[in-house]
Amino acid sequence: MSSPILGSTPAHGSLTRKDVAKVALLARLALTDVELDTMTRELTTIVGFVGQLEAIETAAIDPLAHPLDTQNVFRDDVRRPSLSTAEALQSSPRHDGEYFLVPAVLGDTGAA
Amino acid sequence: MQPAELSAVELVQAVRQGDLTAERCTEAFLSRIESVDGRIHAFLKVDREGALRAAAAIDQKRRAGKPLGPLAGLPVAVKDALCTFDMPTTCASKMLANFRPPYDAEVVARLRAADAVIVGKTNMDEFAMGGSNENSAFGPVHNPWDLSRTPGGSSGGSAACVAADMTPVAIGSDTGGSIRQPAGLCGITGLKPTYGRVSRRGLVAFASSLDQIGPMARSAADCALVLETIAGHDAGDATSLKEPVPAYSTDLERPLAGVRIGRVPAHFGAGLDPEVAHGVEEAFAAFRAAGATIHDIDMPHAGAGVATYYVVAPCEASSNLARYDGAHYGHRAEPGRGHRAEPGRGHRAEIGGGHRAEPGRGHRAEIGGGHRAEIGGGHGSTGFSKDNGGFESALEEMYCRSRAEGFGPEVKRRIMLGTYALSAGYYDAYYAKALRVRRLIRQDYLDAFQKVDLIGGPVSATPAFKLGEKTGDPLAMYLVDLYTVCTNLAGVGGISFPCGFTKSGLPIGFQLQAPALAEPLLLRATDRYQHLTDWHRRRPALAAAPG
Amino acid sequence: MTANAPPLPSSFTTVIGLEVHVQLQTETKLFCGCSTQFGAPPNTQVCPTCLGLPGSLPVMNRRAFDLAVRAALALDCHIAPFTKWDRKNYFYPDLPKGYQISQFDLPFSADGQLEVVDPKGGWSRKVGIIRVHLEEDAGKSMHDEGAGTGDTRIDLNRAGTPLCEIVTQPDLRSPQEARAWLNELKLLLVYLGVSDCNMQEGSLRVDANVNLHIPCDGGPEAGGRIAKTPIVEIKNMNSFRSVERALVYEVARQFAEWQTTKAEMGKTPKQTRGWDDPAGVTRAQRHKEESSDYRYFPEPDLVPVTVSQAFLAETRGAMTDPPTVLRQALEAKWKISAYDADVLVNQGRDLVAYFEALAEAVGEGKVASNWMQQDVLRTLNERGGTIGEFPVRPPVLAEIIGRVAKGDFDTSRGREIFAEVLSSGRSVADVVASLGIAAVDDDELVALCRELLAENPKIVADVQAGKEQAAAGLIGQAKKKNPNVNPGKVRALCVDLIRKMG
Repeated sequence: MSSPILGSTPAHGSLTRKDVAKVALLARLALTDVELDTMTRELTTIVGFVGQLEAIETAAIDPLAHPLDTQNVFRDDVRRPSLSTAEALQSSPRHDGEYFLVPAVLGDTGAA
Repeated sequence: MQPAELSAVELVQAVRQGDLTAERCTEAFLSRIESVDGRIHAFLKVDREGALRAAAAIDQKRRAGKPLGPLAGLPVAVKDALCTFDMPTTCASKMLANFRPPYDAEVVARLRAADAVIVGKTNMDEFAMGGSNENSAFGPVHNPWDLSRTPGGSSGGSAACVAADMTPVAIGSDTGGSIRQPAGLCGITGLKPTYGRVSRRGLVAFASSLDQIGPMARSAADCALVLETIAGHDAGDATSLKEPVPAYSTDLERPLAGVRIGRVPAHFGAGLDPEVAHGVEEAFAAFRAAGATIHDIDMPHAGAGVATYYVVAPCEASSNLARYDGAHYGHRAEPGRGHRAEPGRGHRAEIGGGHRAEPGRGHRAEIGGGHRAEIGGGHGSTGFSKDNGGFESALEEMYCRSRAEGFGPEVKRRIMLGTYALSAGYYDAYYAKALRVRRLIRQDYLDAFQKVDLIGGPVSATPAFKLGEKTGDPLAMYLVDLYTVCTNLAGVGGISFPCGFTKSGLPIGFQLQAPALAEPLLLRATDRYQHLTDWHRRRPALAAAPG
Repeated sequence: MTANAPPLPSSFTTVIGLEVHVQLQTETKLFCGCSTQFGAPPNTQVCPTCLGLPGSLPVMNRRAFDLAVRAALALDCHIAPFTKWDRKNYFYPDLPKGYQISQFDLPFSADGQLEVVDPKGGWSRKVGIIRVHLEEDAGKSMHDEGAGTGDTRIDLNRAGTPLCEIVTQPDLRSPQEARAWLNELKLLLVYLGVSDCNMQEGSLRVDANVNLHIPCDGGPEAGGRIAKTPIVEIKNMNSFRSVERALVYEVARQFAEWQTTKAEMGKTPKQTRGWDDPAGVTRAQRHKEESSDYRYFPEPDLVPVTVSQAFLAETRGAMTDPPTVLRQALEAKWKISAYDADVLVNQGRDLVAYFEALAEAVGEGKVASNWMQQDVLRTLNERGGTIGEFPVRPPVLAEIIGRVAKGDFDTSRGREIFAEVLSSGRSVADVVASLGIAAVDDDELVALCRELLAENPKIVADVQAGKEQAAAGLIGQAKKKNPNVNPGKVRALCVDLIRKMG
């Protein structure tokens, strides 16, 4: 890492290829062997970089998930026009004019 | 009258007074696009017919004596991350190459209602992830000041569009600097409003707690004009602020006497390009001359901004981008290939190297049509790693392969990073930790704004870099966001504008940040600066008026 | 009891917890203005938000939140002063965003209870509520028969429908209790107008977690221990009856399995089994693939909700009495049995209102309750329809009951009149007249009785000899002479006349 901002890359838990394959499965990304190697290397670097946060004392600090302090935003229970079925399906890769069609979902009914 | 020489404020006035028809104005900018965009590739879609039709309707309205909207006849380019019902919305991704939203983003609807003319959709980093525009699935944008350089990103198309006079204003979005950094690298003015000031409805989400839409134009005055139209509460966005929208344009000329501007010494560290440092210090001097006072302040956690951002943003993105799975819209992998060996269809090997920059090559990929073969190229399932493949159903195969084919390498990297950081066992160490540091960063701003009214400094550590220069090193690319990410983490506003040029003729950007909802001060300070200087009036050689 | 359930030893404890999803009775979805009406053609109640289109955003439906709070209050839950929503990330084609907006660590309510009492006094069970939270429903996927071929069809009309998820403690101890408790829960939610709880339309869905606690080596008293079988989650049950049947089956299956495998909780992962109703068995479902990790995090498109004491007081104030309170109130006010009160209340609020109007008009509860149960409910069951549409309104029925009480005609005549009023829609007076049921005036009755006594010297003698019950033999003859006579009156009058003959 040559960046002057970083200094040296902090040693943080490095990811194994197996970890990365598992994350790819969670994220539903098919990766080739080459991609898996590259991804493992890159994620290890990036995760090492963000590992610098560990050094910051935050024991007494609450997480801040959102910049707004706003609360209680509601809408009234009033109908608004829906899309037509044609509009709903207009960008669908596969449909029959009524339903979205997707490849069969297997395994829900069969015995284990 | 050459429309391209007029500011947005002047154009709107000329159209209102009948000195210029909306049609003639639109035609002038469309011709400009046609003559220069082949070299720049700022646009993914130019809607010549739609724009001229809208312009004609505005002229008709004027002739009929009907009231005109506040942006009547103003040509606007919109980042392709905002939904438009009459144009594709691709987010510069193969995933959405054929996607047509059935609705307009709130901002687009407001622009249309104000009688602006939407001329087209601008190029960007795929799903707004990147700082160089090289992550566009349809090819990068070229900086109008030097075609071999990046315009910055992710709103690089919008920035280059304005810089090259293809439209007077453009709409961008800013998640970690995506308006301000390209504005800085292209020598234009770009405003990231306070989080919630502008509705996000219809903005394709990258990181929902950070995303904000804003105007990009040549001057603060033009940004103010556009912000008056696009800002304001939207009942369809639960995170939209209810505070009334001030008349930004009317308070620009008040002098800066008594305004306190903070300067963060740590911004001037080793990584800052000396020419940029010089330009930024000169700008501080100009502000001092304008009556402001400059105060050194400390932002103790700003250094952790990039690391914090690269946890928070990917976590939200990994979830926001889950909807692109080929089921209901967007790219779907062809079925059935999963069980056949297809030796001819090699997978893409360049994932690690990122995109190759190909500045010499003609761009203008057809949207909705083909893509560059190397991006669209399918993966035979034999190409997938055994550690990762082995799909348990046709559905799972569709998911994994559609996403593998539809997303580019940077998007995949961030999805992977966010998925990892949110997964069981890592949540506390990464996501929750980053949120705690986020609070510290916001507290820095709250503390700083007790002492000063604005915070000034560089927007980017270097001027525009060469296309391809950082593509092999994702982390180096992330560090481009050093000066901009904290604004988004804190949810406050920021603006960037040109404050000089390097010896080689590249723009240098200056950034001002302000407390929540202090857009009037951001715009006024920038406008005052722009009355003292003429950096924002400079045009790239390319941009000399045609014919 | 299911036919294929083997006999059970009584030496173990069945432990059941339920997860109930209830659709809230709103006009529109949780986060958008699309209708929640059941039965619309596919993909006609969808918009960018519930389709999960790029750029779309959710905005919370106020009524959904209010109804959810009402449900939680009725379940005696603590309402959190601060609550937020989270994204539950997983891929499924009926979940267009790739995540469900739900609640994870800060549900809006927790720690409640609902008791179910057997109306015959046999048992009662208090069931703890772990939490109630508000979330959106998914769409519907329809798989072709012969899985593995063809496409799955997706209808997103349901996607985004507001649901309350109610999670109980494992406090139920038998399949019968589980069913009874579900009935009570349903009744409560319907009473409060929170949900119609229609299982056929999917507005109430139940998953059950069950395992067995089996004493080993004589159990704890004898120094042994309790073995706990692995928890099984049962899905796909589409009626309360099938919940009971599935649990009965599963208890037997787990016991049999335990006897062979001795597998205990914690040593194997939690199993999910689907109820196959026609076959009457549960079947193992494929284990969730290893890739399931919901990666909950706070939903950044929504803002948190804070709940004030004033809001809670207002909500409580607007809530009507729950069934338990109502049962006790009916019992006390109208002096009817717990069983009768239970029957009435279990029929719903409108029937209770009918009953109260009737009892009020009659001026007495017990008789009104008998007529409700023997006549109104029976007729309602036969005819179908709701009590609100029932043609004989309380004042009319009260008129019939009142005239029976007055002795104008007997109960069986009253029933005939009731049936005729019901079918013809005519007034009671009209029906009485057309059936020739004119009230018999006293002079007429005395004449008729004299006639009878003259014709029946034996009975007269018997009565005179002290066998008063012999007068009963006159009733049938009296009815033949005039069907409108009141048997009680005939009898009393005859006895009186015989005594006077003395």
